[in-house]
Amino acid sequence: MNEPSNVVVELPSGHSVRTRLWRILDSFGPLLALALVVVGFTIADNIWGQGRFAEMRNVRVILVLTAPVAVAALGMTMVIIAGGIDLSAGTASTLCATVLACSLSAGYSVPVVIAMTLLTGAACGLTNGLLIGSLRIPPFIVTLGTMTIFLGLAKQLAKGSTVFVDRKLIPNWLLNLSSTMPPDWHGWFPNIAIGVWLALGVAVLVAVLLRCTVLGRYLFAIGSNESTARLCGVNVLGVKLLVYALAGLLVALAGIYSFSLVKIANPTEGIGKELKFIAAVVIGGGSLSGGRGTVLGTLAGAAIMGVIASGCDQLEIQNSTQDIMIGIIIIAAVTLDQYRQRSMQR
Amino acid sequence: MLVMQGVCKSFGATQALSEVSFSVSPGEVVALIGENGAGKSTLMKLLSGAHLPDDGSMQLAGRPYRPMGPNDARRQGIAMIYQELNLAKDLSVEDNLMLGREKHRWGWVSRKEQRKKVVEILELIGHPDLSPTRLVGQLSIGAQQLVEIARALLSDAKVMIFDEPTSSLPKKDVDRLFAIIDRLRQQGIAIVYISHFLEEIRRIASRFVVLRDGQVVGGGPMESTSDPEIVTMMAGRSVENQFPKVPHSIGVPVLRTQRLTGRVPSDVSLELRKGEIFGLFGLVGAGRTETLRQIFGLDKTLFGTVELADERLRSTPRHCLRAGLGLVSEDRKTEGLAQNLSIADNLTLSDLSPVSRFGVLHLSKRTRVVREWMQRMSVKARSSEQSIGELSGGNQQKVAIARVLHQNAEVLLLDEPTRGIDVRTKADIYQWIGELAATGKSILFVSSYLPELVAVCDTIGVMAKGRLREVRAADAWTEQDILSVAVSNE
Repeated sequence: MNEPSNVVVELPSGHSVRTRLWRILDSFGPLLALALVVVGFTIADNIWGQGRFAEMRNVRVILVLTAPVAVAALGMTMVIIAGGIDLSAGTASTLCATVLACSLSAGYSVPVVIAMTLLTGAACGLTNGLLIGSLRIPPFIVTLGTMTIFLGLAKQLAKGSTVFVDRKLIPNWLLNLSSTMPPDWHGWFPNIAIGVWLALGVAVLVAVLLRCTVLGRYLFAIGSNESTARLCGVNVLGVKLLVYALAGLLVALAGIYSFSLVKIANPTEGIGKELKFIAAVVIGGGSLSGGRGTVLGTLAGAAIMGVIASGCDQLEIQNSTQDIMIGIIIIAAVTLDQYRQRSMQR
Repeated sequence: MLVMQGVCKSFGATQALSEVSFSVSPGEVVALIGENGAGKSTLMKLLSGAHLPDDGSMQLAGRPYRPMGPNDARRQGIAMIYQELNLAKDLSVEDNLMLGREKHRWGWVSRKEQRKKVVEILELIGHPDLSPTRLVGQLSIGAQQLVEIARALLSDAKVMIFDEPTSSLPKKDVDRLFAIIDRLRQQGIAIVYISHFLEEIRRIASRFVVLRDGQVVGGGPMESTSDPEIVTMMAGRSVENQFPKVPHSIGVPVLRTQRLTGRVPSDVSLELRKGEIFGLFGLVGAGRTETLRQIFGLDKTLFGTVELADERLRSTPRHCLRAGLGLVSEDRKTEGLAQNLSIADNLTLSDLSPVSRFGVLHLSKRTRVVREWMQRMSVKARSSEQSIGELSGGNQQKVAIARVLHQNAEVLLLDEPTRGIDVRTKADIYQWIGELAATGKSILFVSSYLPELVAVCDTIGVMAKGRLREVRAADAWTEQDILSVAVSNE
């Protein structure tokens, strides 16, 4: 206050160029990787394949298959930014799909069915948040437990088998949500299923939430240093409840997508899906120790996995090879990230 | 055994040690005394190999001693017993003792041989009662310390350095520790004993050395020196005009604690008035930080109340903050600031309401507000979005203080606000504290640095072993008085 008031510009000595380079990689790295994968497969497909990889029809398939992963991964992004993890997301999403299928079969009206599905997701998330926040058990353990609980609930609801729904009972929009066919409307608007647009809308909302809202700041603060957040009077328990509930809502949405893809609900189908969601976040630059993660990164992460799956199909590469590739990419992404952090600290 | 001569060490522009000479012979216990920040820990870090001296020489058992790192120092025979113990809590006593030097044949641990050695060493320190199979985590702190000492003996330590070993021990364990130190001495081990408590030093050491501002200012045999003489050596420093003062007046009581008791503080009752700067002094472990944390609702209160303007405060940080309290943590790294968030995030986290509407942030407004604070407090940074971990300690502290000002706290709890920052920023902080008091804010100022407390505060309270021992107006204290209350055991 007694000082001459001017902010002195002071560049960190030495590593500024390197630091800046990493910073660019930080924000665009995942997108760059996505572009690389797309270009790589396009070229490979034109040489060895049938040149169908880059066709609009295939792009539509990739997008439709990526949308549910992306939506749930966006919820996971928020949870991971706040320093948490949700291993129950996979089984919770099929629990939601099962609720959807059962209530449709039981003849409830469509708004009621959707509300019940979304509420189920939110309730799953709230349960996680409550256990983590109030019992102070690490999120990894809590959600490991609820993962099996949700699986069991879904099985009970489905009476141990798959739930089939009469086609006539499924509303048209739900059938078209994840349709790979071009929609009826044409013209200047890109020809993609409505579900993809919905997912993009959700992404924009989450991005705004993370960047421009008080809640968003609190998420970063808690994930970055929970004691600081507490010191600053942040209601840590409340924020955790909220973020898990929000993530639950998005998981329910992912459940709706996957139901609309296959039109049946198989309770065991969700096992292992959560790892895909987490992988999307991690490939996208999210840090499992909290405080870091971006919407753009997560979308790119989800898309990378979608593109690899589809590209391998087109090139008739075995499913097992795809798994190995995705595994390598996850490890590479995290290695790069660690390296980046270390060189920033220096 | 160990001789240091003319040792100098500086960190950047600060001279931590200058021309320090120090020696200890086999079978001798030398006490190293000094206020916090006098250079004791730097000296220890040189001995333990964590840092290398800039100048001067060190000798161990007649040979030049130049440790390449902590491991090398240990191998050469220097063992440190720290305040925080370095043990693997989930391993047994035996496994801890033999960790890294297991007796084995082709990777198979030969338990029998190990057990023999362990029993031997436990007998040597006079505690064959300690079972080698107990898990270390289940032992009391005092017993864990025994394990640590035994481990040092196993590695053939010639010099053992005890750094405030009694700060977390109950009295019974202190007696036991002293008995062991005596045994070690008789076996010809050279011992350096660091402590604040003169009584303890008198019981165990034959000679003392006083460090102040990185220099040896006195020393001699314990017997021929009185406590007041030693205290004068520790404190004796002329106060220069590095403490700007701002005239301010004191009003009605604002914050009052009554018989506040928690894990460390016990029965702390104090009263803070409007416009008052209340200093809280005490040595490490006296419970000052814990008292602040408890007032702010960060630590659990077992007993007692905190009242703000005659209203009882709910003890959660959120309620305290809303009621007008603000805390600057002593630990910027792990608590005070979220190191990988930006300046803007850190500065506004405690109160986002002025820069948001219905939960949506007004980003440009926030940047404006943050820039204003950065200018007022002359924070040096590239931009308000720079990550706070990249700033210097002084600039980080400015942001931490700006946060409390931004939330417009009426009562400021400052925990060691000048620790680890440069002299100029320190002077700035004293100036702000004065200005804040002049605008009617109340400040509770915890510090281990006596000169600043005496210069800046209106009232000073001294804590020792969790209790608030005495409160007087600042001009009714001398530095010697304060220190002697702080080192008293009763």
